[in-house]
Amino acid sequence: MNDLVIDIKNLSRRFGDKQALQDVTLRVPRGGVFGLIGSNGAGKTTLIKHVLGSHYAQSGSVSVFGFDPVADPVEVLGRIGYMSEDREVPGWMRVQEVIDFTRAFYPGWDSGYASELLELFELDPKQKTRSLSRGQTARVCLLLALAHRPELLVLDEPSSGLDPVIRRDILTAIVRTTADEGRTVLFSSHLLDEVQRLADRVAILNCGRIILSDELDTVLDSFHRVTLRFDGSSDLAPSLVGAIESKGHGHEWTYVYRGDREQLIRAAKSLNAQIVHEVPLSLDDIFVCNVQRS
Amino acid sequence: MQIHIQAQGGVPIYLQVMQQIKYLVASGRLQPGDELPSIRTLAEQLIVNPNTIARAYRELETAGVVEKRRTAGTFVAEAGSPLARKERLKLLKQRVDQLLVEAFQMGFGLDEVLKFVEQSELNSQPPGKDSKP
Repeated sequence: MNDLVIDIKNLSRRFGDKQALQDVTLRVPRGGVFGLIGSNGAGKTTLIKHVLGSHYAQSGSVSVFGFDPVADPVEVLGRIGYMSEDREVPGWMRVQEVIDFTRAFYPGWDSGYASELLELFELDPKQKTRSLSRGQTARVCLLLALAHRPELLVLDEPSSGLDPVIRRDILTAIVRTTADEGRTVLFSSHLLDEVQRLADRVAILNCGRIILSDELDTVLDSFHRVTLRFDGSSDLAPSLVGAIESKGHGHEWTYVYRGDREQLIRAAKSLNAQIVHEVPLSLDDIFVCNVQRS
Repeated sequence: MQIHIQAQGGVPIYLQVMQQIKYLVASGRLQPGDELPSIRTLAEQLIVNPNTIARAYRELETAGVVEKRRTAGTFVAEAGSPLARKERLKLLKQRVDQLLVEAFQMGFGLDEVLKFVEQSELNSQPPGKDSKP
């Protein structure tokens, strides 16, 4: 894959004695939705701020559209639409003033599209942003991130703390953005059903490290929850190659298994065990068991 | 076209879309020649990645369930009927397997299940227009 929108190599970052990012390597190809998953404090926002050039790389390198976002902010930021986790807008401005203010930074600003979004989101251009509800503020921020039709849309926890109607607006915006050829979305979330709906690729960040990064379908295919029935009864889970978690008693043991199915069938056979139940794991389950393990 | 996606489970979404469209075709709710919504429309409606819908449509096309017409869009295949029968049988088999497992677990034998099926058939009209075998 040579067309990478984001190419991060061995990035590490320390704040005081807290290691926020540790040897992070992340490649985001053009034209898809990349879901960055992690618990609170895992380093998602820190990582995103490196993409935006708000933090410089202490070690390792960050390249966005082939440029260093710290050295070339104009080249990079003009092509990114960004919605921060805090979703802050200057409270003393009116909605229209925030829009005009932001427009000045983006040569590619599409005023027609901005008005369309203003109407779609039912925003009053004359309203002071201070008096907007949390959901309306999120819509203003989304409008500001979208109206210059960015090549890369970066959303940091876009739907946390919002009601289902506004979440829907945000998720629909992600769908529309990717439906347009060649545009890329990077979003972080801990709402894993959203990630499962929207992402083509995911990375799990835990305590500053990437512990898993792949295509979503590959990730979903490579984890199984399987119950094996053994001839003999035992007090301890019989060891199964590839198992990362086990529960059960007596003849029947349930494993979380990482690997492909043929491997699993062979492994079960070698233990004289019968597969009595098998379910695919959701992204949620995969996340929890990987985070607990590392 | 009604499709419901469950994003909490582990079944990939493209597979859910595929299975449900196959089911709609097999059950006759989608007829040969019916047009499917565009990838973009369905992606927005279900709030899923457009690539996921594209993959489902692609695999349905490979399976012969739908066909792409050059400029127009995606349609339920005209030659879908022999395959539709195979699909219908597959669906039926899944349901029967499920029924048998549950029946055996509750302690009913095959004879009892068959008798019960015959009795139920007398009490209900099979759905669909061509109900005669």
